[in-house]
Amino acid sequence: MAKLLKNREILLVLAIIVLVFAIALRFPGFIEPANLARVYNDTSILIILALGQMAVILTRCIDLSMAANLALSGMVAAMINAAFPGVPIPMVILTVVALGAALGSINGLLVWKLDIPPIVVTLGTLTIFRGTIFLLSNGAWINAHQMSDAFKALPRASFAGFPILSWLSVAAIAAIYVLMTRTPIGRAFFAVGGNPHAAVYTGIDVGRTRFLAYCLSGALAGLAGYLWVSRYAVAYVDIAAGFELDIIAACVIGGISIAGGIGSVAGAVLGSLFLGVIKNALPVINISPFAQLAISGTVIIIAVAVNARTEKRKGRVILKKAEAV
Amino acid sequence: MAEAHLSPRIIPDRLRSRSSRALKSWESLLLVVALLIFAFNSFASPYFLDPWNLSDATFNFTEKALIAFAMALVIISGEIDLSVASIIALTSTAMGLAVTMGADTPVLVLVGLGTGLLCGMVNGLLITGLGLPSIVVTIGTMSLFRGLSFIILGDKAYTGYPESFAFFGQGYVWWVFSFELALFVVTAIVFGVLLHKTNFGRSVYAIGNNQTAALFSGVRVGRVKFILFLLTGLMAGIASICLTSRLGSTRPSIALGVELEVVTMVVLGGVSILGGSGTIPGVVLAAFIMGMVTFGFGLLNVPGIVMSIFIGVLLISVIALPILWSRARRRMAH
Repeated sequence: MAKLLKNREILLVLAIIVLVFAIALRFPGFIEPANLARVYNDTSILIILALGQMAVILTRCIDLSMAANLALSGMVAAMINAAFPGVPIPMVILTVVALGAALGSINGLLVWKLDIPPIVVTLGTLTIFRGTIFLLSNGAWINAHQMSDAFKALPRASFAGFPILSWLSVAAIAAIYVLMTRTPIGRAFFAVGGNPHAAVYTGIDVGRTRFLAYCLSGALAGLAGYLWVSRYAVAYVDIAAGFELDIIAACVIGGISIAGGIGSVAGAVLGSLFLGVIKNALPVINISPFAQLAISGTVIIIAVAVNARTEKRKGRVILKKAEAV
Repeated sequence: MAEAHLSPRIIPDRLRSRSSRALKSWESLLLVVALLIFAFNSFASPYFLDPWNLSDATFNFTEKALIAFAMALVIISGEIDLSVASIIALTSTAMGLAVTMGADTPVLVLVGLGTGLLCGMVNGLLITGLGLPSIVVTIGTMSLFRGLSFIILGDKAYTGYPESFAFFGQGYVWWVFSFELALFVVTAIVFGVLLHKTNFGRSVYAIGNNQTAALFSGVRVGRVKFILFLLTGLMAGIASICLTSRLGSTRPSIALGVELEVVTMVVLGGVSILGGSGTIPGVVLAAFIMGMVTFGFGLLNVPGIVMSIFIGVLLISVIALPILWSRARRRMAH
């Protein structure tokens, strides 16, 4: 099984390399290291979000509210900065990460304590979060000139030749990798998704694990909210609208099974990079940016079809049928 | 992603009498709520009880309700279709494209119905043909269908629909009764009969309650589900004809977020999101309630995005409240 999983990631790496070279044939500049670093930097936010979504999907749930959470946290970060420019940026980041986690915990509590299907909960909170941004901001934008220089500079600041934004995503990958593979809670994410009933018998609290997964995805969405708003230097109601689909697409492409229990950090990262390369290549090879939505959709469908095939072959989840009753 | 219900379903030895069941049903609760909102609205605004105003209010829900009937069947069968709003967008774009090629109203209607059916067929084939989970497939087609209309339209818009086309969204069949309202009534009856009086309807419930058992008792699960997604596509196509005719223009962002309102309407109507139960009269009442609430909010000048908060809260609370209620009752019984 480990071999099959590895195969999938190697396949993705190959697909990305082929894609990059195909673009480079028409536009040699694309393959220059500086440009590739730029593509990675541009994908960083998606990677951070996909890592959070991965934890949620592993537990057989889904988080459609991540982009709305990002937008709300980003708006709050911008409002704090606009109202109190003196507040140090690390404080702002800590605040929005906590806020994001709190918003995620609302999803988690509804799923844990009330057993409401995750898709319904997060569809609901998606609109509630977006509406709350409107209530907070009265529909007004917070523009670049209202933000302090330090607020806007952080993701752009260079460290060892790469922007902080890239480093933050690397740090997130490392942290989530350790969390997923070296800690009890990481194992619990897999166990809950693989077989919730068996997880209960091994002493794992299924609801609590899901709750924690939502808190994690919320916290990462909060972090991404600050990064998004400071990078693009604008905050309004509709930032990152529809981005939840890109996040799920990245996970599905990365081989994270929507039925839970199967997936890897490398998969989530590669899935994000695959989308990131496509997104950055479209303007280069002269395809209208309007095509991106349709491409994401097609890639989601193809990826989920491919996933279903490989999962069927594995024949691993023995008890799934019995519990589907 | 349908979760196994951990608490056992209790089947009583003897059903309570028909009248007592009818009184305690979700539908009668909805009826009371609908009447209360109606009464509240007529006190809150002196303009509410005007027949033309009431007629205008129905436009708030008729198009969404058309889809909600088909969606109710899909959800009862244990699946979901999140792509309906995008089907509206793609259908509307296809009709706009047909207009630029000089198509007249009958052709436009055919294009609308055909595009809707085609989208439904794509969903149905992916879900039943390849056996993929409907949530992910329709999330995918949700961005695919709307993405296609973005490719075709970009930041432009189609206008210039023929005058006779305006009838579907703006015409009246008799006095204050609009074509859309008439269509709503007819569709409600058709779907009510289909779900509650035919073998097909029984098999929809059977699939939603226990797909494996349904399969073993001879229900053609795949075919029924395929037809349901086809129907949903068709209804989204019809809704798109009405909406496009009413607005008189098409943008790729048309009907953004409508899938949420449709799902909310279905769930508010008492259809279990886990599948297996629900009724068409419930959905009809839910449509009235949502329509009147949004109309009431409109009279009070509440902006659309704030209404969407209300819909989000409504969606979660109508699922949460019965759960909390039954939990409280169980605790009292002990």
